[in-house]
Amino acid sequence: MRVLITGVSTYWGGRLAQALERDPAVEAIIGVDRRPPKVELHRTEYVRVTDSHSLIRRIVEAAEIDTVVDTRLVVDSIVTSPRLAHENNVMGTMNVLAACGGEGNPVRKVVFKSSAHYYGAEQDDPGFFTEAMDRPHAPGTPIERDIVDAERSVREFALRHPHVTVTVLRFANGLGPALRTSLSQLFGLPVVPGILGFDPRFQFIHEDDLAGCLEHAVRHDIEGVYNGAADGVLVLSEVAGLLGKRLAPVLPPVGTSLAASALRRAGVRISPETLGLLRYGRGLDNRKLKATGYRYRYTSREAVIKLREHQRLAAILGDAQEAYRYERDLEEFLRRSPSVRPTARRPEPAPANLAPGERRPSVLGQASVCYDDLEAGELIALLPSLEPEALAELAEHEREHAARPEVMKAIAGLQGWEART
Amino acid sequence: MTPDQPLLPAPPENRAYLPAVEPERQITDWGRSERVEGALDRTLYEFLYHYWFRVTVEGVEHIPSTGGALLISNHAGALPPDAAMIAKAIKTEHPRPRPLHLTVEHFFKGYPGLSMLVQKLGGVPAHPANVHRLLYDEEQLVLVFPEGRKGTEKLYKDRYRLRRFGRGGFVEAAMRARAPIVPVAVVGAEEAMPVFGHVRPLQKLTGLIYFPVTPLFPHFGPLVGAAYLPAKFRIRFLDPIPTDQWGERPWDDKGLVQTVAEDVRVRIQDELVDMVAHRRSVWFG
Repeated sequence: MRVLITGVSTYWGGRLAQALERDPAVEAIIGVDRRPPKVELHRTEYVRVTDSHSLIRRIVEAAEIDTVVDTRLVVDSIVTSPRLAHENNVMGTMNVLAACGGEGNPVRKVVFKSSAHYYGAEQDDPGFFTEAMDRPHAPGTPIERDIVDAERSVREFALRHPHVTVTVLRFANGLGPALRTSLSQLFGLPVVPGILGFDPRFQFIHEDDLAGCLEHAVRHDIEGVYNGAADGVLVLSEVAGLLGKRLAPVLPPVGTSLAASALRRAGVRISPETLGLLRYGRGLDNRKLKATGYRYRYTSREAVIKLREHQRLAAILGDAQEAYRYERDLEEFLRRSPSVRPTARRPEPAPANLAPGERRPSVLGQASVCYDDLEAGELIALLPSLEPEALAELAEHEREHAARPEVMKAIAGLQGWEART
Repeated sequence: MTPDQPLLPAPPENRAYLPAVEPERQITDWGRSERVEGALDRTLYEFLYHYWFRVTVEGVEHIPSTGGALLISNHAGALPPDAAMIAKAIKTEHPRPRPLHLTVEHFFKGYPGLSMLVQKLGGVPAHPANVHRLLYDEEQLVLVFPEGRKGTEKLYKDRYRLRRFGRGGFVEAAMRARAPIVPVAVVGAEEAMPVFGHVRPLQKLTGLIYFPVTPLFPHFGPLVGAAYLPAKFRIRFLDPIPTDQWGERPWDDKGLVQTVAEDVRVRIQDELVDMVAHRRSVWFG
């Protein structure tokens, strides 16, 4: 598997890359984003791109990518400016999909991270959206329009490329220590703001499950649209209670957006899509993804409790917990310099990225360092556990390096016995 | 309202993937609060049920002890007390008390205050997908008033005359969920808070679904106006109608759906006529 991850600077993008790095079956991992990754990556190659992701096609073709995980969609309007979000969401999706199609394209799987904002939040919504339902009204906020637009392009792509497995994951609001969203910002305030007279239903997904769902989609062939949301739908007052805070109905039920813009002056930004949620709430039916075998690690309630633990810690430790910073030159030095110890280059048992067509060196070849360190007696004790090919390889290795007679003899004896039986 | 429900009925194996119950929580995924509901149940409903309306219940054994069932009832009164009394009747009289979910108009989800209260008391917006999930996946009891607003805003002079039963959506929901329909006839709600007229300008102003004139409202204000007259209540649960008797996909046959809906309506209407005919006094039954 050769994987390209867009949006690798996001928490879930980085976590997905880390999880895939450990797997020797993944031959290459390329991460692209506008910003450098925020987690430590050992073999993922980071390539900086612009908002419109216009040059991805060249990466895909040059590295013979067969799996594209597109986690770059902006689904929160406080993350970036509306213009850049639109550029990323609409032009970016178009360019990423263009890179996955066409004559002789190597891509066989596209995993697209979308958002439950696709469904919106309205008065006549069902209590639990299933994947087959469409939103009852046209999207009202720019972000929602972008998401609906982007998903339409993905649907068209899937129709025109039946040989490509296309998975769309619509995620509920993510929560977790590493996520900065408009909701986590609201929940970080001394009181949880609400609209007077409303106690909406909220469903969340823990950040680890975000990465987990994406990994599940990469590892299994699940075609179609799936909701990604933890079990359990909480009401806002319950969320406030779990956070140890009070629910403050600071927004009036009429003229809500007016009051919200007044609050924005005061420094509390409530995004337009969050305003809809604060009034009507939203629930998702998460059973389709569960039926494919994915198990959520956290429920909505546990995700909120995790956030509360993080908030308590952050109040004491500040942001001192954040350690990793991506330094391009350092990464280059560690990965490519001949002066670096091989173990320092790859401290994890993570295998290296491979060029297209290149075969992964045998397990023995990688581990030869340790074999040389073994005493002759220890090595002889290990010999019967080896496969015949590995044994032959080891014999050659031993001849060229240590050439210990007792080891050579033992190998020859074992090979002769194997040949007889 | 909803364009199409291609996935209904949902694949049956999906039932196994319903979220597990978290015992620490007091609120269900629908937003129903055990605490709020319990508090109201122990105080106001208890008083209304036993002392104010002196509810008499017949045929409670027609409510199944397990599995989903769709209760269909007549609906009346400006601030209809019938839903609460039916729920209380099941809780008090049934050998295996079960919570009752009430479908309400989407209006309630959008009205400040009411949206919180109705949801916490077990009200669920009347969306076909909601009814299906409750009946089929969660195997709950669901109460539907097919008359809806037409029932509650009807005037006192039209009492005990059932309105049209919508488009038979409730029959379709029960068929898809293969849940039995239990018709319910309620006498007393019409007199508990009769409506004599409507004030349209005030309805527009408040954004409510209607603005009624009752014996105590609006001239005594909202608080006194919300008081019920002590009419005698009689609730009769009728024989359940199984909905799995018409083959594979009976809901495709719109004619059948309409016939069943009309049949349920006639049953409730006949029962009401019978009950009112035997009633000697509005207040003493």
